[in-house]
Amino acid sequence: MKRTPFIVRFFGATPKRGWIAIAIAAAITLVLLPALHLLVPAGSPFHVSAYVITLVGKIMCYAIVAVAMDLIWGYTGILSLGHGLFFALGGYAFGMYLMRQIGRDGSYQSDLPDFMVFLDWKALPWYWTGSDSILWVLILVLVVPALVALIFGFFAFRSRIKGVYFSIITQAMVFAAMLFFFRNETGFGGNNGFTDFKRILGYSITAPETRVALFALTAAMLLATLVLGRYLVTSKLGRVLAAIRDAESRVMFIGYNPLYYKLFIWTLSALLCGIAGALYVPQVGIINPGEMSPANSIEIAIWVAVGGRATLIGPVLGAFIVNLAKSFFTVAFPEYWLFFLGALFVGVTLWLPDGVVGLWRKLRDKRKQGSAA
Amino acid sequence: MRKLVFTLLCCLSLAAYAVPDPALVRQLAAEESDDKIAAIQKLALTAEPEALEVLQQLADGTLKDDKGEDITINNRVRRELEGALAVLKLIDPDVTVRFKAVKEIATNVEAAMAPMLAKARDRESEPKIRALLVEIHALATLKDADPKIRLAAANSLATSADPNTKAVLKAQSEPANEADVEVRRAAFRSYLAVKDRLTLAETLGRIFSGLSLGSILLLAALGLAITYGVMGVINMAHGELLMIGAYATYVIQSLFRTHFPAQLDWYLLAAVPVAFFAAAAVGVLLERTVIRWLYGRALETLLATWGLSLMLIQAARVIFGAQNVEVANPSWMSGGLEILPSIVLPLNRIVIVGFALFVLMLVWVLMNRTRLGMFVRAVTQNRAMAGCVGVPTGRIDTVAFALGAGIAGLGGVALSQIANVGPDMGQGYIVDSFMVVVLGGVGQLAGAVWAALGLGIVTKFIESWAGAVIAKIVVLVFIIMFIQKRPQGLFALKGRFVES
Repeated sequence: MKRTPFIVRFFGATPKRGWIAIAIAAAITLVLLPALHLLVPAGSPFHVSAYVITLVGKIMCYAIVAVAMDLIWGYTGILSLGHGLFFALGGYAFGMYLMRQIGRDGSYQSDLPDFMVFLDWKALPWYWTGSDSILWVLILVLVVPALVALIFGFFAFRSRIKGVYFSIITQAMVFAAMLFFFRNETGFGGNNGFTDFKRILGYSITAPETRVALFALTAAMLLATLVLGRYLVTSKLGRVLAAIRDAESRVMFIGYNPLYYKLFIWTLSALLCGIAGALYVPQVGIINPGEMSPANSIEIAIWVAVGGRATLIGPVLGAFIVNLAKSFFTVAFPEYWLFFLGALFVGVTLWLPDGVVGLWRKLRDKRKQGSAA
Repeated sequence: MRKLVFTLLCCLSLAAYAVPDPALVRQLAAEESDDKIAAIQKLALTAEPEALEVLQQLADGTLKDDKGEDITINNRVRRELEGALAVLKLIDPDVTVRFKAVKEIATNVEAAMAPMLAKARDRESEPKIRALLVEIHALATLKDADPKIRLAAANSLATSADPNTKAVLKAQSEPANEADVEVRRAAFRSYLAVKDRLTLAETLGRIFSGLSLGSILLLAALGLAITYGVMGVINMAHGELLMIGAYATYVIQSLFRTHFPAQLDWYLLAAVPVAFFAAAAVGVLLERTVIRWLYGRALETLLATWGLSLMLIQAARVIFGAQNVEVANPSWMSGGLEILPSIVLPLNRIVIVGFALFVLMLVWVLMNRTRLGMFVRAVTQNRAMAGCVGVPTGRIDTVAFALGAGIAGLGGVALSQIANVGPDMGQGYIVDSFMVVVLGGVGQLAGAVWAALGLGIVTKFIESWAGAVIAKIVVLVFIIMFIQKRPQGLFALKGRFVES
């Protein structure tokens, strides 16, 4: 039997309705919002401010992370509490490039980044080699988080660490990494991390055009992630992953080795997080070890849970709902944000196990039943 | 200044009693620094406590001249004054002042001081200070012109346990500093003896701080081991139960301050049961309202309890403020046990090690010698079977959770004595205590004990040569490697299990 070509299978996985939704989303994020920001004058009610562009751009980075998290948690049943590490590694890798782009415009007018001058270092450490080349840095963005995930995952999955064991170990991993990056001697700016970026590819990083370009790139990346995700979860691989989630022992008895399936999706998930981190840093303008705090990583899980696990649109919705709420609360009622977030964790797990998508489906089914009766 | 110290030490034996000469005191207010210094030297020569007092006043800036104005001194005069004060303090009637003075002089020993130090040594009645003076005297005679005296000094220094003496002996054993072969040999022998003693002391000190860290880990992990063993869920709010215990200690301390200030020293005893029941009550609340409803969904429990921990942290911030609160050691817990001059074991840590052992014993008795403990162990091993033979598993869950939470509260009491008490103090402990549980094996008290103490000691040893961060990473890598070999932990329960 002749197999359908990969390209057809890949794009055919997303149904027609999905493509329509993607087309609409692309029209809004790639055309409408950039145009409203760049072309409409600031006084107009239709003007989209830089704040909105940055906020939405940031949340879209989070949404990519959420989809990546969903692939490993929602579809494969492995809860990682350390995804912030891969996000931050991607961010740091790209941050190295942005630091080099500052050139001699730093406070010390040196070829070295300011924090190295401050530490009295005379030359770049070996791992900064080539960080002034965008190509090399992009390779790092893709390879470093994936490689760390691959090595960690290989050892963890090989010894069949799973469930809460795996979750806690990933949390320990991200915590240790945070401590490591906090050290000045590590060579990534210690406490302060990287900030005060000036340029990207020679363009000013604060210029509206640069901002919009990054925004559009993030949107495109998010949509591409969704298409890729749809292909993966509808493929044979995706079904094996779901089977591992539901009954790993049975999968093994049938003759599959879950190790490679888990390792693949885990590494892919880390890779996506790394890309999201690299898109995040130039838009937000800072990366520091705080991104690796265990609390940040566990928040990713709540985005997915709020939106709805094992759905692809759910994590995106969840990332938007939680982060918009965060932006609102931390300004309006800063003392209550943690109460709200905590209640969200408890409430969603207790009453909304399928997230808002699940809730919507339930309501829709009920209405259908009502109209049928 | 050295010369001054020298002259002053000469005068230590002259014990003529007299009030300080008023003319000399007046001269301290002179315009010229030279006149002031001359007066300071003459006053110091009297070697009288009264003279010391006057000089001390001058140093503090509280001495007045005839017109009632403060006498000011410049840096040069101050230096002279400090030298004079240090030596005069060797004969101060107050023991603590003398002790300090000896320590000060020990950093700057001169051969010429030897006879004076000998005299001070012979005057000294306090054995501790006398021993120090003996050592300083030997250090001084180590620079004597006569090789025989040097030899005797080098030999007598072998009993020292002072890092400074070690360095001096090392230098003395080198040909560049010491001409006489015999003395060099003796110095080297003594150096080796001191070095061994110091190494031993350091090792002991490290083992002790490892034990101390381990006992904190144990207190944090015991409760977690019970709840994880019984219910198979990780309570991410476990660290916050530690925090509740610590804040309970703080509240009891405040109550004692306002109502029973006379018994303030014993507030800790009252805090122990209060912290236990406060944390246990919160634990029961968490179990009944949230965790119970997530039975069999371990990962969701993880997230829900994390949410609870966020709310508890924020509640602590709202009630007690975001700043750390101050919890003081009772007087019977402050200070330390000096086992060697270079190593002091803090009393509060010793008490905590003892406290951890006490809690461990209680838990052991509870788990192994009571009906309740038997039920808990039964549910840990096989929940379905335990339920079939009539163990009320639901109620055991609640009791076990209360017990685990209460033990965490006790850990909080201990923690309040050595660490800062603040809203997010518990956050760092969940990973560490889980590591202990993983390493020790689920449902095993003995495993938790070995794992906690082992992790504590190993961490402290790695910390001593690689720093705290590297130590954490190394320990983490080690645990991941360990799980590769023994996924069931150090001590596995015997029996057959089916993976769910």
